[in-house]
Order: sequence, then structure tokens, then C-alpha cells
Amino acid sequence: MALLEVKNLEVFYGMIQAIRGISFEVNEGEIVTLIGANGAGKTTTMQSIMGLIANKKGTVIYNGQDITKTPGHKIVRMGMTQVPEGRRIFQQLTVYDNLLMGAYTMADKKQIQQDIDEICTRFEILGQRKNQIAGTLSGGEQQMLAMGRAMMSHPKLLMLDEPSMGLSPLFVDKVFDIIKDYHKSGTTILLVEQNAKKALSIADRAYVLETGEISLSGGADDLLNNEAVKKAYLGA
Amino acid sequence: MTTLIDGLSLGAIYSLIALGYTMVYGIAKMLNFAHGDIIMVGAYTILTTLNITGNPYVAIAVSIVVCTVSGIVIERLAYKPLRGASPLAVLITAIGVSFFLQSIAQLIYGSKSQSISLPDFGKVSVGGLEINVNTIITLVVGGIIMAALTVFVKKTNTGRAMQAVSEDKGAALLMGVNVNRIIMITFAIGSALAAFASLFYLMQIPSITPTLGSMPGIKAFTAAVIGGIGSIPGAMLGGMLLGLIEKICLSIPAIGPYTTAIEFSLLIIILLVKPIGILGKKVREKV
Repeated sequence: MALLEVKNLEVFYGMIQAIRGISFEVNEGEIVTLIGANGAGKTTTMQSIMGLIANKKGTVIYNGQDITKTPGHKIVRMGMTQVPEGRRIFQQLTVYDNLLMGAYTMADKKQIQQDIDEICTRFEILGQRKNQIAGTLSGGEQQMLAMGRAMMSHPKLLMLDEPSMGLSPLFVDKVFDIIKDYHKSGTTILLVEQNAKKALSIADRAYVLETGEISLSGGADDLLNNEAVKKAYLGA
Repeated sequence: MTTLIDGLSLGAIYSLIALGYTMVYGIAKMLNFAHGDIIMVGAYTILTTLNITGNPYVAIAVSIVVCTVSGIVIERLAYKPLRGASPLAVLITAIGVSFFLQSIAQLIYGSKSQSISLPDFGKVSVGGLEINVNTIITLVVGGIIMAALTVFVKKTNTGRAMQAVSEDKGAALLMGVNVNRIIMITFAIGSALAAFASLFYLMQIPSITPTLGSMPGIKAFTAAVIGGIGSIPGAMLGGMLLGLIEKICLSIPAIGPYTTAIEFSLLIIILLVKPIGILGKKVREKV
């Protein structure tokens, strides 16, 4: 069953149409990736799903419910959240407070503490820097924090927008390992990436976004071997 | 010494008002120029309730409620529809709300100044100093309120959400924070603080006019900018500093008449030397 279904989504910035009627779906238990070049509309798509951009047409269905007009903060409570592009951690709060913010929708205090402990084990560096102001972390560490923060709300569907952007190769590998690992623990993943090779290597299915339209879709392995994709996105 | 205590007490009033400016600025990114007039609303509410009930404590309680509700209603009706509009439009609206409140007060109460008699607890002598009990009350209660606010912002979920919204509304929304609700709470808290400020103000200057809020409003705004607009400790520090400077200047006959000029000159100097204010945080723009 499709956990997330996007139908004929169109998004506008003033007069400019950024997304021209795209449709895709994410089934429960999958890793689906949306790849494409800069400016193809990947981030716009992600933000409009979460209600961060209001000016849209089409339908977004999550878990059988129409959430096209649902405010973003309610969508989070329904079990879907996002690690935004550029991480957007709360720079002036401590690492610990950032994680607490991630658990904003959770009521069980004991559970929250347990989750924080678990995340500090999963991301050792966060455990060591719990009381540090988040803005002082390195880019890679901030990405870990952004991911840990999103995990605090126990999402059924986690969207990640360019999690490898601006990271050293070492951290890029780490980020993808974490995504794979987190997926295994039972979370459906929608991943937006410019690093198509990496994204396709962990995904089940993929959509290629080009100037606001889906130009290609299919199994991740098929796309990895597709000549057009190779040429345009894999640099081979 | 008495001057210092008077200064701190006046500073507490400025700080309470400045907190309203700075919190709203931090979270809604707007300058709420109608904030000073909430003090006036609080003052007339105290006057009216006192006339009806004769009980100053009831008057204070009613004033807090009326100010809080006014803050929420103003935000809902005047500012919320403008979310996402240009800052200039919001600023002009705020000035409009300020005139609106003053005009309403003038219609109801007339433009003549009215006097109010709040309980006076006289003076006590502490270590040979004669100090007004009202001054002490202002200082102590003001201090308690500010301490409580600090704990609230740092330690509660709502307080943390306020900090998060102030830094990044979009990211806060992704945490499940209802940004509109946080903005409403901020206006409510700011206006409740203004109610306390109006009470303390009346304890020092017991006369009320429709423009009563303007001067303390502007001075508290100055205090907020000096301390670093958007910063809660900054507003407290700026308020205290301004209160002290005002009382010290007034106590020296030679410079007394220039007090207000000195205060605003300080603002200009701060803006030249450290535009983000004493405790202001530099916003790092990362792309």
C-alpha cells in the first residue's frame, strides 16, 4: 500500500511554475529516491508536501488521508517528518535541546529520555557534545544532529533533503549508512539527492526530476544501468 | 544610593516593557509599536476597576487579563493577516494600531489627565536609607517575573519552541510546532508583562492620559535595542541600564534637563559601535 501518494502536484512561486504536475508514490517499507540536477524542483517538492509552501495544486495523500491542505505541524503528528535541506538545526540551542525539540510532539518523558540515550549511542559524537551549542558543530556533525532530531518524533515516513550536501566523503558514507540502518529498523524513507550514485545504491525505486517534471522512473538498479541516467547524473 | 535603587526600580519597569518588544521581535520578526499603548490600556483598566470595586488587587488582576486579551486580539486581527507581508506594511499597521488604541482611550476617557490613588505603603528605612516600599515592590516583583520568564523560556517545551520559532520557523514547523500558536502565546506574555509595567508605572506616577504609554514605550524600545533586540537577557540589561542612567542624570541638577537626550544619544552610540546591541547575537547566514 502506498504510504505517501503525490498526484499531479503543481507548485508556483508567484507567476513561475516550479513543479509541473508530478505524481509519485512511496510504499510502506521502501526507500524511494528523487534525483535530479540543481533547480529541478526536488526541494520544492519536499517542502510543498510538508506544507512549507502553500501555493500548490494537486493532491497529497498520506496513510490514506488527504493532507494537501493540512498544516505542516499536524503532518508531523501524523508520523511524517523531514530532515530539511541545509540541515537547519537550531544553532543557538544546545545539542540536547535540539533533540528535545525533535520530540516536541511526544508526551512520554521517559520515552523521550530513552530515545535521546539511543540517539546518543547511534551518533556517538552527539553524546559527547550533548551540552554544546549546536552552531559550533561541524557540518557533518550538524547533519547527524538534524537526522537524530528528526528520529525523535518516531516518524513512519522520514524524508531527507540532500543529506550529503557539503559533506566530506567520509561523512557522506556515514550518512548513507545511517539511512540504510534506520530504514532497517522499520521506517519508510523518501530521499532527495544530487548524489545520484549513492542514492540509487541504497534505494528500492527512483524518480528522476527534470525542470519540474518526472522524466524517468523505475527500480533503482535499472536506473543505475540506464544509459541516459548514467550520462546525465552518474558521470560515467 | 537611593538614586541607584530608584534607578533599578525604574529599570525594572523598562525591562518588563522591553521584554514585550524583544520577544515579539524575536519570534514574529516585527516591531510592535502598539506595545507601549498596552501599558495605557492596563492603566485605564486599573483605574476603572478600582473605581468600580475599590479593590486594588482585583484591579491588577483584571488589568492583567484585559492586557493579555488585547494583545492576543490585536495580533489576530491586525498582524496575523499580514504574515508574510513586507515588514514596512506590518510596521505601519503597528503604528496604526497604536493610534487606534490612543483614540479609543480618548473617546472613552477624554484627553484630560486623570489621577489614581493606589495604596501607598510609605517608606521603610534600610541601613539608614529611606526607601519607598513601592520601589522595593517594583524591584522585587519585577525581578521575580523576569526570573520566572527566563526559566520558562529555557526549561519548558513551549519556551524551547519559542526559541526554535525565533531562529527558524520552517524548521520549528518540521518539529510539529504550531508556529501561529507560539506567536499568539508570545503576544499574550508580552502584554501580560506590560500590565505589570503599567501597575508599577502608576505606583510612581499616578496620573493617566491616553498617550501615557508612548514615552515609556519608546524608552523601553530603546532599552531593547541597546540590550540587543531579540535577546531576552538583553532586554533586561538594557532596561536596567536605561533606568539607572535616567535616575542618575535626573539626580544631577546640571544635566537633569537633558536626561532624555542623553538616553537617546546612548542609543545612537550603541547603534554606531555595536549595532546588534550589547547582548545581541550575530545571525550567521549560511547558504
